[in-house]
Amino acid sequence: MIIEHLLSWITFFPLVGVIVILFLPGTRVRAIHVVSVIATAIPLLLSVPLLIGFNSGMGSFQFVEHTTWIPTFNIEYYMGVDGLSVPMVFLTAILSFLCIFASFGIDKLQKGYFALFLILETGMMGVFCALDFFLFYVFWEIVLFPMYFLIGIWGGPRREYAAIKFFLYTLFGSVLMLLVILALYFNSVDPATGKHTFNMVTLMDQRSHGPWLKNFDVRLILYIGLYIGFAIKVPVFPFHTWLPDAHVEAPTAISVILAGVLLKMGTYGLLRVSYPILPDMAVYTSLFLAVMGMINIVYGALVSMAQKDFKKLIAYSSISHMGYVLLGMSVLTDQGMNGAVLQMFSHGVITGMLFLLVGVIYDRAHHRDLDGFGGLASQMPVYAGITSVAFMGALGLPGLSGFIAEALVFIGAFNVYRVITIISATGVIITAAYILWTYQRVFFGSLAEKYKTLPEITTRELFTLVPLAIIVIIIGVYPMPILNIMSTTLHNLILVVKP
Amino acid sequence: MEPSLIRAIAAIWPEILITATIIAVTIVGLLVKDKRDVVGPALLGLACAAGIEASFFFFQKWSLFYGMVAMDPLSAFFKMVFFLAAFLVVLFSMASKEVSQSVSPEEYYASLLGATLGMCLLASSLNLIMIYISLELTSIASYILTASMRESRRSSEAGLKYSLYGAVASGVMIYGMSLLYGMTGSLDLTEIGTKLQGVSVPPQGLILALMFVLVGFGFKISMVPFHMWAPDVYEGAPLPITAFLSVGPKAAGFAVLIRFLYTAFAVPWASPGAAQGQWFYLSGIDWPDTLAWLAALTMTVGNLAAIAQTNLKRLLAYSSIAQAGYMLVGVVCLSSSGLEAVLFYVAVYLFMNLGAFLVVMVVKNHLETEEMEGYRGLGVRVPFLAAGMTIFLFALTGIPPLSGFFGKVLLFGALIKEEIYWLAVVGVLNSVVSLYYYAGILKKMYLEDQRFPLPLGGEGKGEEATLHLSLLETGLLIALLALTILFGLWPTPLMELTSFSLNFFVL
Repeated sequence: MIIEHLLSWITFFPLVGVIVILFLPGTRVRAIHVVSVIATAIPLLLSVPLLIGFNSGMGSFQFVEHTTWIPTFNIEYYMGVDGLSVPMVFLTAILSFLCIFASFGIDKLQKGYFALFLILETGMMGVFCALDFFLFYVFWEIVLFPMYFLIGIWGGPRREYAAIKFFLYTLFGSVLMLLVILALYFNSVDPATGKHTFNMVTLMDQRSHGPWLKNFDVRLILYIGLYIGFAIKVPVFPFHTWLPDAHVEAPTAISVILAGVLLKMGTYGLLRVSYPILPDMAVYTSLFLAVMGMINIVYGALVSMAQKDFKKLIAYSSISHMGYVLLGMSVLTDQGMNGAVLQMFSHGVITGMLFLLVGVIYDRAHHRDLDGFGGLASQMPVYAGITSVAFMGALGLPGLSGFIAEALVFIGAFNVYRVITIISATGVIITAAYILWTYQRVFFGSLAEKYKTLPEITTRELFTLVPLAIIVIIIGVYPMPILNIMSTTLHNLILVVKP
Repeated sequence: MEPSLIRAIAAIWPEILITATIIAVTIVGLLVKDKRDVVGPALLGLACAAGIEASFFFFQKWSLFYGMVAMDPLSAFFKMVFFLAAFLVVLFSMASKEVSQSVSPEEYYASLLGATLGMCLLASSLNLIMIYISLELTSIASYILTASMRESRRSSEAGLKYSLYGAVASGVMIYGMSLLYGMTGSLDLTEIGTKLQGVSVPPQGLILALMFVLVGFGFKISMVPFHMWAPDVYEGAPLPITAFLSVGPKAAGFAVLIRFLYTAFAVPWASPGAAQGQWFYLSGIDWPDTLAWLAALTMTVGNLAAIAQTNLKRLLAYSSIAQAGYMLVGVVCLSSSGLEAVLFYVAVYLFMNLGAFLVVMVVKNHLETEEMEGYRGLGVRVPFLAAGMTIFLFALTGIPPLSGFFGKVLLFGALIKEEIYWLAVVGVLNSVVSLYYYAGILKKMYLEDQRFPLPLGGEGKGEEATLHLSLLETGLLIALLALTILFGLWPTPLMELTSFSLNFFVL
């Protein structure tokens, strides 16, 4: 029963936690923590059979659940995973679980916080599992409102501004997506049933598209509509301005989820929706996407270098790192594509670590000004050690996951867009520069008098970081397990886009 | 088909029952000691009328009293909406301190029932005279209700404003109707439709007549540029009446708008009322295009004006203007999917908008304020109430999986199906704008510094301050929340109902 409906269990189990939490009195904080841990642990445990049971050799969707939801409009409850979504589901499960621990320090309205957090997890899981476009959209939107409250209530000083900016930006993107979804719906027919359909798998079949949808301009406009929706989420260059605000103001765990999972929803959407449904447009806009990737990489890295706020620096580095994903997927080669999806996973883990690490130091020093630290390595050696793993991962040190992903992206992109790849590669150098400079500013030099009493990282904080560090190292040393999961799917996707 | 007189009388049982209830309320008001007891017969009458109407739903289609009123699924659908709205508003009025303190109950409830009766007749009118009379019945009852708080200057002012605007609007409308009569020689909608198709009538004159008639309907649904009355009237009227005006007469306006335009000024393509029904407008009179522009204007003006509001009643007034704009887009589609979307939206809008007004009323009852500032920290003090407000506001914005979202999907889907893309884009962008001011309320309730003490009333001090909802308030809140969420997750039954309701042609 659980295995048959594995994806539903993974997706909706956190809601069980929500209901339990709503019935607990707000003063029983410990009980709320325990319930939240259980509600996120179960999806994580259930993602293990998902990883084991997933047949990576098969190109099709697996663990499929298929029933009607709203028959009048042929809307289905259609869930399934392939090699693209499995890593994302696992990433969401593990980050959500660890972030619950990172949220124990939340000191007000714990009941609301954890309830919203669990709703957020359901939304994210749903996005990665939904195969019906309407269902996908519903989950996509469900992610928004918990995020608004999580940033807006528990965030930093400018939280109100950051929260509404995030909400308006992403809603703007998603309503455009809604129109594209409706346009696709009314202009396509499922060859099997003769009805309009929201079924993504059917829509990927170009034979389902009606005459209007064969028109080049129409396809381009629809592609742009989807692109804006997804690009705001990634975020791609001109749409990125919500991100630094949201990341800086959000509480630590929420920054982790934002950078670790929400940004991936954007690139996931491009790969899941835009590429297979409008493949000719993916080819047509390939150069454009590569250029945007390049801009993201270089611009993000340069802006990071100029930051004085630790958290803002990491926020901009996320923009830079998501650029690799765009570059890798734009070139439509096996290496590039694998590199892109691996980078999605690896960046989720590494950047999650980075935000958790900022949270650790912020909880102690109560500021994030990079120039205000110095010499912390002698005071907090363990913290310095684990930070170095994350930092080295972020700058792409061989032996850690970031290197494999970026190397694959560059290998895949080099033969297609040489100049763009070469310019993008300078991003690696700039990244190394700001990462090392940041490390130096925080950990080396003389220790300020007021930080002589700074306590070392606690066991709970280590517990949130170590699993992620292990993942970074394992993938860096031996990436084959995760590459195996996704390579068949991505290869098939390339064949769909570039037959 | 024209039934015998006896049958025709049987077919307007719900209206007769409402009329009887009006009399009963007046008489009972004279007899009982506590005049507030008149809600008993009022509720009973409404419930019975709704029950009978529901049983008529799948009945034969008739035109009654020599083509005056129709008995068909469309009118049945709207009548059930009205009965439900009136029923809920009676309960609102029972829970409202404002109403229980400063109105005379028997007049108040009799007027409310009178307005309901007018709306029922309006939704089923087939004749211009009938439309005018029932519209006036609704309007006059609404003026009285608006001004029913005699002690309050604000209420009287609103009533006066409302009646002045209303008088002008209905004057222009009846002028348009007389032009129409002059040009076609008939008052019957179906006959006008046939005449307009056959005889060549000068389109300029016809356009003028149509626009004049639309002034009257536009006033009822608060369509821009005939929306000016709404914010002032909504602000001045007692809260339950504000809630009533925002759903009841508005829905009635849409009912008569649909019937008028789709009977007299549009011709069905295929067999009437067929599942994939399509209409085309009379040659030379491109009213869908005009109405599309007005819809775009209505939602944009409503949403932009709402941003600047700090009084919740005014904010919701502008929001309900914008919502009328969304509903109008379904009317311009000239397709059954568009009309189905309007009906669906009318129904879900009833629940979500009444819900939002309920929260405003509860806050007014306990804290004596309608200002945004009064909502500060509500999310912490009264989590249930604030969560309810959040859900209603998200539903009005169109965030899934709530019913308002599905309503908007139907509306914009109908537009895309009819390839009116620009209006769909304007519509969704307006949803984004609307989020901004709805989120302003959320910001007050949740985001702003919660240590600020509750203003004025409210039990307890500082951190502990809270307010205790009465049983009736809680019950209403739960019921409206449940319906708002239910029709988002499981819209199928309501969709089947709306699709059946389109079967409105009296042949």
